Amino acid sequence: MKKTIICRCEDVTEEDVLQAIDEGFEDIEELRKRLRLGMGPCQGRTCIPLVIRILAKKTGKNVEDIPLPTSRPPIVPVTLEALASDEDEE
Amino acid sequence: MRIKKHPILEFDREKKLRFYINGKELYGYEGETISAALFANGVTTFSRSLKYNHPRGFFCGIGKCSSCLMTVNGIPNTRTCITPLKDGVEVKTQDAYADLPETKHKRHKKKVINTDLLVIGGGPAGLSAALEAAKHGVNVLLVDENPILGGQLIKQTHKFFGSREEKAGTRGVEIAQQLRKEVEKQENIRVFLKSTVFGYYECEQNHCFGMVKRREDYTEEIYELHCKSVIFACGAMENMLAFPGNDLPGVYGAGGVQTLMNVYGVKPGRRVLMVGSGNVGLIVSYQLLQADVDVAYIVEGLPKIGGYHVHAAKVRRCGVPILTSHTIVEAYGNERVEGARIAKVGKNWSIIPGTEMDVKCDTICLAVGLTPSIRLLSQTGAEIRFIREAGGHVALHNKNMETTVPGVYVAGDGSGIEEASTAMLEGKIAGFSAAYKIKNKAFDSKPLKLYHEELERLRDGPFGVKGRKAKEKIAVQWSDKR
Repeated sequence: MKKTIICRCEDVTEEDVLQAIDEGFEDIEELRKRLRLGMGPCQGRTCIPLVIRILAKKTGKNVEDIPLPTSRPPIVPVTLEALASDEDEE
Repeated sequence: MRIKKHPILEFDREKKLRFYINGKELYGYEGETISAALFANGVTTFSRSLKYNHPRGFFCGIGKCSSCLMTVNGIPNTRTCITPLKDGVEVKTQDAYADLPETKHKRHKKKVINTDLLVIGGGPAGLSAALEAAKHGVNVLLVDENPILGGQLIKQTHKFFGSREEKAGTRGVEIAQQLRKEVEKQENIRVFLKSTVFGYYECEQNHCFGMVKRREDYTEEIYELHCKSVIFACGAMENMLAFPGNDLPGVYGAGGVQTLMNVYGVKPGRRVLMVGSGNVGLIVSYQLLQADVDVAYIVEGLPKIGGYHVHAAKVRRCGVPILTSHTIVEAYGNERVEGARIAKVGKNWSIIPGTEMDVKCDTICLAVGLTPSIRLLSQTGAEIRFIREAGGHVALHNKNMETTVPGVYVAGDGSGIEEASTAMLEGKIAGFSAAYKIKNKAFDSKPLKLYHEELERLRDGPFGVKGRKAKEKIAVQWSDKR
């Protein structure tokens, strides 16, 4: 049987997530730091709705009580060359 | 894999372009994205995954999921589903980590733009918001990631329901054209396409954002945007489903497939398994048939069909079986989907033993709901709550679509999943409210009342139940806060 991928960007499987929850990583922020889940180029757009469902099912928490991880810029891939642009007024 | 004859659409294939994939010469047409041109040539693997070396390809088709990253003219991590094809472009598949480009760092200048109102997203909500605000004399900057304005309307070949004011009976593609023309006529709307607002930054007097614009040669330039008010009309992202083999090329978002077929005239495959019988699943199944693609089954986990009866009846008449209380168990295949196993589900979504069935297909479309896009919005500090009926986390907002951060508005699917007709009205309300505030209440607020009444009428209809409930919950939580 093939793997069930939760985070495509960082290749995190459902098994990885379930195991990390067993180890005590019980919110998305912690799971993110443990597994790099949601830290790839899509910044969690694909995996976070899945992780919320897994967490709710496994821990018995209400979906409403599972906080989202902090969102930071840039939310899409931007080249360093562009980000390093000089200050200038138009 | 290009669609030759279509009952509704015509595809403009006037200018043939040559391009390269890993050095091999291929042809595409002007107006296609790199992803679409690759698909048309039968290329479905775009990269290899980080740890497991899995083949990866297309998924959402609108620049949100980043499954389609490739190296384009030496620039790695380019989202090929929203990047236009150019003559002579060299595309390379990425092997886990992309190679760093060899070009020397060039010094660029950051550009600064000041505007009254920034509208992020050029779909039905964003276009309506920009038009409404511009009509009231406000300067608008409208930004969208895609090469064309119109959001998801540009792929909707079906006619709309709802009210005449919100263009019922008109096809989505035609509504997009109408709105685009109106925007072009407004001198005080400045449009940035192929541009992404990527971050919110603290700023003393107004709201400040970073934006990246992708040039014709695929390089990027940075803008610093300052605005008095901002409307987030960022739409939604298609939901993924957890099952073995769910990352194989061939597993695509139903909306992504709709983009591929109806915008670029490219078939996703030959035989499709559709997962989900909501309106998206039903409508896309019908459109697949129109594009001469087989639909093996539509499977629905719930005991009842999710979408409208008219749509379900239409696909059933064409001979597509809809299996309720059925789910996908796994997808299999080496380099792409070669088939799937489906099974009947009992209570608590458990699979009933002995009901498993093999389905030969090369494409699996996921039509299992949408999640509002709020990642950028949440950076403003607007209060976010999980509202099930809204499709996930959304910003709390008042009747005038303003969030808990003054001057930050939301509209459309990004504020709770509904439909294009409600999105257009919410856009008008947000655009009006933002303009009213910027201009310091210098004009009559009667139109706003009419928009509210119209929106209520739409939500009172049989198709507005979920949306109404979501917005009621948002209103309750909003007033609890005050």
